[in-house]
Amino acid sequence: MNLPYYPGCTLKTHAKNFEDSAMKVMEKLGYPLQEMKNWVCCGTVFSMTSDDLMLQLGAVRNLLRAEEQNLNELIILCSMCYNTLKRAKQFITEDEENLNKVNDLMYKENIRYKGTVDIHHLLSILRDRVTFDAIKEKVKKPLSSLKIGCYYGCFLVRPKEFAIDDFEDPSIIEDLLTSLGADSIEFPYRLECCGAYQTVTKKDVTAMRTYEIINSARRAGCEAIVTSCPLCAFNLDQRQKETAEKFVEFEHIPVFYFTELMSIALGCGWDKNWTKLHNVNPEPLLKEKGLI
Amino acid sequence: MSLKITREKIKNSLVDKIEEISGQNVFDCYQCGNCSSGCPVVDYMDIAPHQVMRLAQLGATEEILNSKTIWICSACLQCSTRCPKGIDVAKVMEAFRAINLRKRTSPLNPDEIDEKDLKELPPIALVGAFRKLTG
Repeated sequence: MNLPYYPGCTLKTHAKNFEDSAMKVMEKLGYPLQEMKNWVCCGTVFSMTSDDLMLQLGAVRNLLRAEEQNLNELIILCSMCYNTLKRAKQFITEDEENLNKVNDLMYKENIRYKGTVDIHHLLSILRDRVTFDAIKEKVKKPLSSLKIGCYYGCFLVRPKEFAIDDFEDPSIIEDLLTSLGADSIEFPYRLECCGAYQTVTKKDVTAMRTYEIINSARRAGCEAIVTSCPLCAFNLDQRQKETAEKFVEFEHIPVFYFTELMSIALGCGWDKNWTKLHNVNPEPLLKEKGLI
Repeated sequence: MSLKITREKIKNSLVDKIEEISGQNVFDCYQCGNCSSGCPVVDYMDIAPHQVMRLAQLGATEEILNSKTIWICSACLQCSTRCPKGIDVAKVMEAFRAINLRKRTSPLNPDEIDEKDLKELPPIALVGAFRKLTG
């Protein structure tokens, strides 16, 4: 049962560990991910202006290509790609005039986009199709005694209409990790923005966001943080360098993608190549817990 | 900040454009402040989100267009999610950014990004920043 998969740019580069671990675990669960052909960058952020359709093209082009390949759905790992594609689809298809104009703008494509491809985040698929009970049964190495802070960031739960769970009090990531045997912790700042793209020109602001989010996690007893977005992972992991420069008492904390932890729990192991893509080395913590 | 309110200012037609681009009615806002209290970067803003809404109601668009606020916003949607009147505050912010970017004034010059940073930053950060902060 192949799941058509849209990676997005960063999963092929800085977040290759996210893709690799997802590929492994989905194969193990019997739902292998099959990458769609000819995808392009979704544009990362959804353009919220009502009158500039050019800014929607990046996202919509992917949906058109998926239709061309006769895919009825796309599974997405990156929270931002998921959010952008979902909102772009809604915006373009809810108004027939916009749909026609956007198709006219993409006149060089072979078909016209009709708006039929469903867009799902991998976490929704794990909860609704694979089910957490089925995942629990396949656990070979429970993540016992690992205290994980589940960080949602913005785009899994906002806007409300596209949230994969309750937008103020979600539990989907906690439930997943509990089924893997971990001690999932709901910490207060789990839905707070990491600063997103401000990290390009305002490192000091993102360093502060990192400081506050990680402190909130530490105070709640977390030993590690789990995320589903390469930008959140960059800000919460890489920016710990800047945070440590600002705050001498700051204690580093490893940041995982949820699929990396799934890989350990389901017996697919840890790949040393993934460690290279982390800033804060997660191996000492994993060794301490007897997980690698 | 001090603001001079005149009849001309209040009838500022740019507000109509903001409402068109954002699809929001700025007069829906009754100044509860939910948006500002939820904003993760409000500490770095010169005009808080609820103040942006008030200034828009008063036609004071210049103050908003020249603010740091609209550029430090990270479009996290906390404001829109919490608004009790259902105003999509993030779209109003986006509309003010759009007015500036369409005039080709942008706070980000790609040439000024440090070479070392460029190597380190993932595509998701760069694409996001360029789409939001450049025209």
